[in-house]
Amino acid sequence: MDLKTPLSEKDVRRLRAGDIIYVSGTLITARDRAHKRVLSNCRDIPVDMEGLVLYHCGPVAKKVGNEWIVLSAGPTTSYRLEDVEADFIKCTGVRMIVGKGGMGEKTTDACMEYGAVYCSFTGGASLLAAKSIKKVKDVFWLDMGMPEALWVFEVERFGPLVVSIDAHGNDLHREVIDRAKSRV
Amino acid sequence: MQKEDFLRDVLVELIKKSETVLPDDVITALEKSFKKETNEIARLQLKTILDNVKLAREEGLPICQDTGTLIFFIDMGVDSPYRHVLKAAIHEAVEISTREIPLRPNCVDPFTGKNTGNTGERIPWIEWNLVEGSDCRITVLPKGAGSENCSTLRMFNPSDGIDKIENFVVNHVIECGGKPCPPVVLGIGIGGGADIAMKLAKKSLLRRIGERNPNKVVADLEEKILRRVNETWIGPMGLGGNVTALDVHIEYASRHPASFPVAISVQCWANRRACVVIREDGGVDWI
Repeated sequence: MDLKTPLSEKDVRRLRAGDIIYVSGTLITARDRAHKRVLSNCRDIPVDMEGLVLYHCGPVAKKVGNEWIVLSAGPTTSYRLEDVEADFIKCTGVRMIVGKGGMGEKTTDACMEYGAVYCSFTGGASLLAAKSIKKVKDVFWLDMGMPEALWVFEVERFGPLVVSIDAHGNDLHREVIDRAKSRV
Repeated sequence: MQKEDFLRDVLVELIKKSETVLPDDVITALEKSFKKETNEIARLQLKTILDNVKLAREEGLPICQDTGTLIFFIDMGVDSPYRHVLKAAIHEAVEISTREIPLRPNCVDPFTGKNTGNTGERIPWIEWNLVEGSDCRITVLPKGAGSENCSTLRMFNPSDGIDKIENFVVNHVIECGGKPCPPVVLGIGIGGGADIAMKLAKKSLLRRIGERNPNKVVADLEEKILRRVNETWIGPMGLGGNVTALDVHIEYASRHPASFPVAISVQCWANRRACVVIREDGGVDWI
């Protein structure tokens, strides 16, 4: 399935855990420090993220002239953001989060309440991810270092992504872990 | 060419190889895993991994954006002419590689939060081992944080028995789920003391996939744990599937009568490593 930003609440509520999708449009990266900075003053952030995709990623980019070229942009472990993600969804209005490894109950609840989904991109597949980035539209907060900055990418058919947490309370990673526990 | 310059150039090549070319045994294990999976999501994860590995090799770029903390394992021959200059050459080579490959700056001061590239206090980490002869064997292991954060250690009661150790490993893999980027390689260190077990666990990651411990009892335990871990169906990226681990390696040391440390070092599917032997005459053997 192919989706385009800005994503509406209806777009994401249609998705179910286990769906395989590709997304095109605008994607924002934020890791630990960018989450902290966004949440420290939510009304004054450099990008309107309503309906956009948040990507847990610390890219490797190189500046050629005035243009940034992204060399490598795989997902980072999402669980580190579990404590802050629900507030991030609430204050920015992002509709899709992409990362790896899964998230927790707080994020699952926020996805249900505000209408958002969490998708997994294959960890380590950083070159395939970089290939789908057509342009670096902007970058903010480089003072925190390249991986921690807030990057704004234009992407084309970014994926394949697996919907892991849908807007109906389903969490594929959790299901796999619960089933594994019952097997041992 | 000066000895220092020659060594630095070999090291830059070694680091580049480790970051851009996944070892053949790991690729073969991933390809076999792809064939074993029937679930669509699991197959897609492994296909994406294999496509990315191919692209990295073709374009000479890092396989993963987390280019890791660089850990060097050195078997230094006591008669090697490189023993005095290796440490400085490693630091210089890491700095050059960071600029040229490029590597992500992954070295942060724990107190100030300042990122200093890929060299900093005691980093890159170097494990020295003195050996007979004049060869210098250098292995580099770039270790990513997603899997490193799943490392753990437990001090068992000596009366606990091996089955408790098995359960500890299997339950830990389940708890980690998709976080360490499965299919993983598990390095397990047993005995010695807490620090020794942890070091052995990490060092065991240098073994080839499928290479068993020479001690038959330990080799059987490796196979048993591997089978049990794969029965969990955690699968590639924790999204479910037949392959959760590519292999399990155990290294051990004798223990104190009252102590039974067991350490787990988890490595992601990008089980990156590269090794070179530099002979006394300057001959270079890529392993």
